[in-house]
Amino acid sequence: MKRLNQEHFFSVILSFVLVAGFTVARAQDVPDVGPHPPTPPKAMESHIGNLTGHSQDAKSDYRRYCAGCHGDLGDGNGENAVWLDPKPRDFTIATFKCRSTLTGILPTDEDLFDTVGRGLTNSNMPIWNTFTRQQRADLVAYIKTFSPRWEKEKAGDPIKIPAEPPVTIESISHGKALFTKLECWKCHGPQGKGDGPSASTLTDSKDQPIRPYNFASGGDDSRFKCGSTNADVYKIFITGVDGTPMPSFADVIQPNDAWDLVHFLRTLQVNRHSKENDVLKAAGGKIPPYVEKQAEAPASQSGTRTAGGGN
Amino acid sequence: MRASKPCIALLMATLCPALMFGGTISGKVTYTGTPAKQKAIDMSKEPSCAKQHATPVMTEGVVTGPNNALANVVVYISAGADDANAPAQAVTFTQKGCQYGPHVLAMHTGQELDVLNEDQTSHNIHPLAKVNREWNKSQPPGTPPIKDKWDQPEVIEVKCNIHPWMHGWFVVLKTNHYSITGENGGFSLPNLPPGKYTITAWHEPDGKQTQEVTISGNETKSVDFSFVLKPY
Repeated sequence: MKRLNQEHFFSVILSFVLVAGFTVARAQDVPDVGPHPPTPPKAMESHIGNLTGHSQDAKSDYRRYCAGCHGDLGDGNGENAVWLDPKPRDFTIATFKCRSTLTGILPTDEDLFDTVGRGLTNSNMPIWNTFTRQQRADLVAYIKTFSPRWEKEKAGDPIKIPAEPPVTIESISHGKALFTKLECWKCHGPQGKGDGPSASTLTDSKDQPIRPYNFASGGDDSRFKCGSTNADVYKIFITGVDGTPMPSFADVIQPNDAWDLVHFLRTLQVNRHSKENDVLKAAGGKIPPYVEKQAEAPASQSGTRTAGGGN
Repeated sequence: MRASKPCIALLMATLCPALMFGGTISGKVTYTGTPAKQKAIDMSKEPSCAKQHATPVMTEGVVTGPNNALANVVVYISAGADDANAPAQAVTFTQKGCQYGPHVLAMHTGQELDVLNEDQTSHNIHPLAKVNREWNKSQPPGTPPIKDKWDQPEVIEVKCNIHPWMHGWFVVLKTNHYSITGENGGFSLPNLPPGKYTITAWHEPDGKQTQEVTISGNETKSVDFSFVLKPY
């Protein structure tokens, strides 16, 4: 009898310890497997317009909707990650593809907010339009808890995008000349089919094979990873796509030249209805060779050229 | 009287290093085992570069010299040296003939880095930093140098995605006391005040080795490193 009581006593103590331990673990929200973060994540905020996101409020949404791929620790090693290509983003290194900031600079909160809302085409990242704006803002704040860079560095200023000049056959022609000169075709291929001479060798910054964008694929709904407007395309080659082989051309392309390149790139989307393809069709379907204006020095050319030229 | 100031300055410049920073750590880096073979790089996809080389350029992952000497090893003082300031002079990383010069470039945190393109083709400079900021910039022919600096010490792999054989390293250190071995494997770290130092040797496929060295007075201490190389 005494022995039984003793056993009972110990089992009560043991279950108490177990329950207490479990509660502590739950309360601290420390994942019970895998590597532990060295310090508990600091609470972060995000600011999207007059909306403020709080990381603490996103914890359950992150666990439920994001952790399966991005992992509890935000390192991109969720349980689904092995099956995915491209791999889920690793938030611990704070390198992001779709930004309005220059290469190497943290994106703005709006950039991350837009990415969550837009999803990433050609990947498993869906369009999270089921979330409220507040939920998305909270998740953006939560993502920022995974890398110390968000505490140490300032998010960059968005690049300035000048007003788009009209689409003309001249702007398309100049864009094509730039596509050749800047050697975009080395990866994207002469027709933008993603089959340039370097295409098969490309890897991302985690050594995963990666394909250059194939402009010709897709139909009328074909869109780019980081947005579908002409300004989004403009942004891509100014900011670069960090973590991938796509570099920034911010220092080597003039604003108006960049718009001409956008106009040409739209004509590579052969199955997509666009004003660029209309202009090309009206010009007989052929892009005339670009004739550089000899009177003007190359440096002043983009500045003095009237928007779109001609007509 | 007017001549005395330069005289004193000259005297100080001559004597002070000898008096205050007299110690030197020098030695040789060698290997045992079998080094990976250097392979000829096929640059035929970039004719403007291929024609710059009479004989094919070899890969630089492991470069060895006579008597088992190991080149491209960065030997530096990882603890004990007191130099927080980056030199004012920039370090230069040149792309020429679709090759990086040098293959391994060491620099101080905060020191200016100038990246030059001397080729007739575009390169993209893509330092795959993990501690520092990763960036990726296009540099067409004839464009000005890209200038940057690194805030944190880190060994950063550098790639050109357009020319996948182009591969190099930025070794960012918190010291100016470093030496990169050539084909004789030799290194020398001069001007060290007396004290205890940790010497680290970094080699591309093998990572880091460290040794402790104590310097007293103006002595020269000899320290050697040996890496075990595997052919694959």
